[in-house]
Amino acid sequence: MLSNDALLAEIPRLRRYARALAGDAVRADDLVQDTLERALAKGRLWRPGNLRAWLLTLMHNLFVNQIRAQRLVDYRSPDELPDPPVRAQQLDGLELRDLDQALQALPGEQREALLLVALEDLSYEEAARVLGIPVGTVMSRLSRGRDRLRQLLAGQPASVAHLKVVK
Amino acid sequence: MTKRRPICEDDLHAWADGRLDAARRAEVEAWLAEDPARAARVGEWRADARQLHAAYDPVADEPIPARLRAVVENRRRGNTRRVAAVFGWLALGALLGSVGGYQAGRGEPAVAGVLADLPRQAALAHAVYSPEVRHPVEVGADQEQHLVAWLSKRLGAPVRIPQLGASGFALLGGRLLPASAGPGAQFMYEDDGGRRLTLYVSARGEDGTPSAFRYAQEDGIGVFYWVDERFAYALSGQFGRATLLPLANDVYHQLVP
Repeated sequence: MLSNDALLAEIPRLRRYARALAGDAVRADDLVQDTLERALAKGRLWRPGNLRAWLLTLMHNLFVNQIRAQRLVDYRSPDELPDPPVRAQQLDGLELRDLDQALQALPGEQREALLLVALEDLSYEEAARVLGIPVGTVMSRLSRGRDRLRQLLAGQPASVAHLKVVK
Repeated sequence: MTKRRPICEDDLHAWADGRLDAARRAEVEAWLAEDPARAARVGEWRADARQLHAAYDPVADEPIPARLRAVVENRRRGNTRRVAAVFGWLALGALLGSVGGYQAGRGEPAVAGVLADLPRQAALAHAVYSPEVRHPVEVGADQEQHLVAWLSKRLGAPVRIPQLGASGFALLGGRLLPASAGPGAQFMYEDDGGRRLTLYVSARGEDGTPSAFRYAQEDGIGVFYWVDERFAYALSGQFGRATLLPLANDVYHQLVP
């Protein structure tokens, strides 16, 4: 049985991931809300195990659907989007905005792989299960995502030569 | 000395993510030490991961927003929290009604006429009637013909009731409501899990012009609303946008005059 307490305990980390993934606080919490609803609707299918990985999988499916839907229906004009929230702690506002923007400039699939590994500390195998792809694909998305993020943060638009296998 | 296994890209990520065993880590570090450019590249990956944590960890320390807590805690209907929410809505409705001119769509520029009031009215009606166990509707779905005839007469134009069975929502029935431009109607649907969806319909008023889809979130109730040639519509439910959007699309297409 999926307990309320177990679900509530997962919300803070789901929100952290969603915020980095979605880029603004309202969209991020919409994504978390949809994930919780999906989890409750599918609650009977839930078997005790890794609740967080299951929730992340539901969120991934919703995120993919949203990316598809956004191409068809854009129901909020850019003017209506809230400003990025200020949460300067270790980072000053400018750095955070740069990081937010750089992340949003990554293709969604690279952003997901990078955040699951580098922010959520999932193993490569766990990330592969959440995303429903082979581990090798996680690694290549992670690699492209990391190099691309680096270029964006360093302000270089060009692509970097890829290091594949070295002796 | 035994021949070292070649170092590949995956090893570098595993090094940056701290996922190598001690022996392999030593090999990778020896290889990195041979070339400062290599070391710099993977060092930057690590620095970026620290920056991600610095930027987003504070989100996990924020209190859980009420609307997310409500999703989990309101899974059984009719509990005290839900009743409290309805009274909260009634109070809010009274307050906003007295202030007047309040724009319900947060941060949107002023919307003329019926649209300005629509999401708040619809969300309020949803909050008031959807928790009802014994009297959710005035006329049940078993008398659908009568319901259509009655509400068409009161609203002054033929009313159609969309069918949402394909999405798992069955019609419970409908009721007459006061709306800003005269009489309005509310149709209520329910799925197997007891989750309810309401469609609010009112005359579009003299200043109402047909509009595209709009979305508003009112204290945990999502509302998609639009105006067509005859009526203003609002579909409300305690769902997020992604759940509600396909339902709203379905309703919209069934109602296109």
